[in-house]
Amino acid sequence: MINHYPPASRRWVYRFNYLSLSFSILILTLGWVTATLASSDPKIEMGISEYTDTDERHAIIKPKKKSKATTDHAKLKELQGPFFSGPEVTKACLECHNTAGHQFMKNKHWTWDYKHPKTGQHLGKSVLINNFCTNARGNEGMCAQCHAGYNMDSPDFDFTNQDNIDCLVCHESTGTYYKTPTSKGNKACSVMFEGKPAIDWAAVAKSVEMPTRNNCGKCHFYGGGGDNVKHGDLSSVLFDPPKDVDVHMSEAGEGFSCVTCHVGEGHEWAGSRYEMLVNDETGTGKPGMPRDVASCESCHSASPHPITSVQGIKLNSHTQTVACETCHIPAIARGGVATEVDWDWRTMGRLKDGEGFKLKEYTQGDGHHRATYKSIKGTFTYAEDLEPMYAWFDGTMHYTTIATKFDPSKGPIDINSFAGSHDDPSSRIYPFKRMHSTQPYDKGNNTLPYMHLWGNDEDALWGNYDFGKAIEAGMKKNGIPYSGEWGFVETYSYWPINHMVAPKDDALSCSSCHSHDGRLDHLEGFYMPGRGKNEMLDLIGLLAVLGTLGGVLGHGALRMIATRRRKV
Amino acid sequence: MTMYKILVFKRFERLWHWSQMALIFTLLFTGFAVHGVYSLISFGDAVTVHTWAAIVLLVIWAFAIFWLFTTGQWRHYLPTTEHFITVARFYAFGIFKGEHHPYRKTYRRKHNPLQALTYLMVKIVIFPAIWISGIAYLLISFGQGELFDWIGIGPIAFIHTVAAIAILLFIIAHVYLLTTGHSFIDHVKPMITGYDDVELSDEELAYLKADEPGVIKEGD
Repeated sequence: MINHYPPASRRWVYRFNYLSLSFSILILTLGWVTATLASSDPKIEMGISEYTDTDERHAIIKPKKKSKATTDHAKLKELQGPFFSGPEVTKACLECHNTAGHQFMKNKHWTWDYKHPKTGQHLGKSVLINNFCTNARGNEGMCAQCHAGYNMDSPDFDFTNQDNIDCLVCHESTGTYYKTPTSKGNKACSVMFEGKPAIDWAAVAKSVEMPTRNNCGKCHFYGGGGDNVKHGDLSSVLFDPPKDVDVHMSEAGEGFSCVTCHVGEGHEWAGSRYEMLVNDETGTGKPGMPRDVASCESCHSASPHPITSVQGIKLNSHTQTVACETCHIPAIARGGVATEVDWDWRTMGRLKDGEGFKLKEYTQGDGHHRATYKSIKGTFTYAEDLEPMYAWFDGTMHYTTIATKFDPSKGPIDINSFAGSHDDPSSRIYPFKRMHSTQPYDKGNNTLPYMHLWGNDEDALWGNYDFGKAIEAGMKKNGIPYSGEWGFVETYSYWPINHMVAPKDDALSCSSCHSHDGRLDHLEGFYMPGRGKNEMLDLIGLLAVLGTLGGVLGHGALRMIATRRRKV
Repeated sequence: MTMYKILVFKRFERLWHWSQMALIFTLLFTGFAVHGVYSLISFGDAVTVHTWAAIVLLVIWAFAIFWLFTTGQWRHYLPTTEHFITVARFYAFGIFKGEHHPYRKTYRRKHNPLQALTYLMVKIVIFPAIWISGIAYLLISFGQGELFDWIGIGPIAFIHTVAAIAILLFIIAHVYLLTTGHSFIDHVKPMITGYDDVELSDEELAYLKADEPGVIKEGD
């Protein structure tokens, strides 16, 4: 967003010039220098409003393609209204779509709950702690703006009432629909949601269609509290990306929407970070046989490279060990929108004149200024065109949950961790965004705590800026024992990278990895040519070659000396 | 016994030798690039050139093996103790005293015993090591990796690299030994023209004159 910072020093310079015309040239020069310096001053924005910049970008509406659906929802008498609330629209939807509610109530977008089939861990937004804003649990008032339901303001939400399903957030196509916090936050926080035009419920109800990227992107491009903050490969750039950022979603490329790949039926669709399919060897299937997987291979097969060249054949054998994304997504956060790589909660709570503020010192590729400091959150570090972290990955994520005890002296705690190795045929070398944070933990219990961030009370962090109170309230709300002592712990989280596939000419070259200090130099335990890792063999080889050369040179030298002596 | 200039290296053998030389140099250059010794050529190009050169060399070897066995030329490589010590002694001492090379090529033995043994070792140890490991590596690259799960690509690459180093050592010695005669050119020339000085017995002379026209160089 564009900020008009008070050009105080510039005004001073102008006034000074007006009064001292005789010094005009000298002072003009000085004035120019001063003004230039002043304009590069830290970009401070008072208040703690969060979403002003993202709202502007939500409103990307492209001309609609003519629908080939057999029902024109705009003409249905059930959708003519008047409606006065979301649940009324939902009721109208469910009158015809009488299984949709039951289907959707099993979906993660509704349950915020996931039982991992392999690890048995209880996961999902309703329970997990991350190293961004930490926990949605107990902060539903704010966080449930991205819950596909109405009025979830606490964990006690009625998950059995299908009238509370928010059909519109995924299906409306006007771009005018929005969600607001379901409970009141601290006064300072609430200002950001004021002054929005009222939703025309009938208009949005009549506009329903299959979800487009505008629907999915509203939440998924802004995970972690801002544009591309969380994932690194999901940003507002994908609303209308150039082809070099995303060959699939670009209009110049395939023009895919999210659900082109995240296919499924019955309100369940493919693609999960908790349990990923990293070794899809099934390939494409026969025509007319859609596969409910969101893997590259489901369209491109496991042998996608042309076999008309040695390199093509060789690349096809790479699919046994290397994920497609590793080579074809050469960098994270492309296209001008940065991602966060470090979040330091320790600096949370600095105020100016008793008021929260933001310091916008990072200017990203598209010219927008990003907050490097927020009173309510701490200090951020950004990155663009970032080289991913690469690791062997078997697709299964293990989480540090509220119940996981850790040893804080053992360095950064992995919020999520994964296994995988060269010797496991179902593992692949996979690209990740690694997020580093310094965040509060329960010092007595050595666990991550739930914090009470959002609320119009004396304990909410956002407004009161007190970790101790926020943790105590957050733990108490959820009936979890708290030692009463907190400290800061470093954490990592790992975000598998799948989106923003580059054109094939921008894919990594062989020598990106097959070289000394290449991208996979740190991976151990397997043979990979070009890395120069077998130092013993290389040393013996070098000695053998030098020995032989020395031998023949010595032999030759002796012959020359002997010849010369005979001549003498 | 008289010296004659006779055709010791037939046209196919010369073609084999020089194409093999060019391919082996290509393979060494690209192979050590793939191994990561230098980056004078991009990894991808090195793999492509290495693979094609290897396939061409394998075809040439197939012809060479066929040729060796059908023509009886393989007998030149049979190990022998005759003159072995004399030749070894020459390279260790005699060569410094200005002695002449003790070995005289014959029509049946165009290599000295040390040379024949070295070539034999190259043919039955080093070359099989490089092409068996190389074919295995290629098959893994061509998607047949499960055939070699029992050993893995690491040990295969190790054997391949060790064999390649051995070939490099052989080439160093081989090129050096070309300087040990009258001159470097004298040693290289027979592999270009095919003709070298060979002592012929009267019977051999009679046979070659009668049955192998063109083997004895006219006018010498």
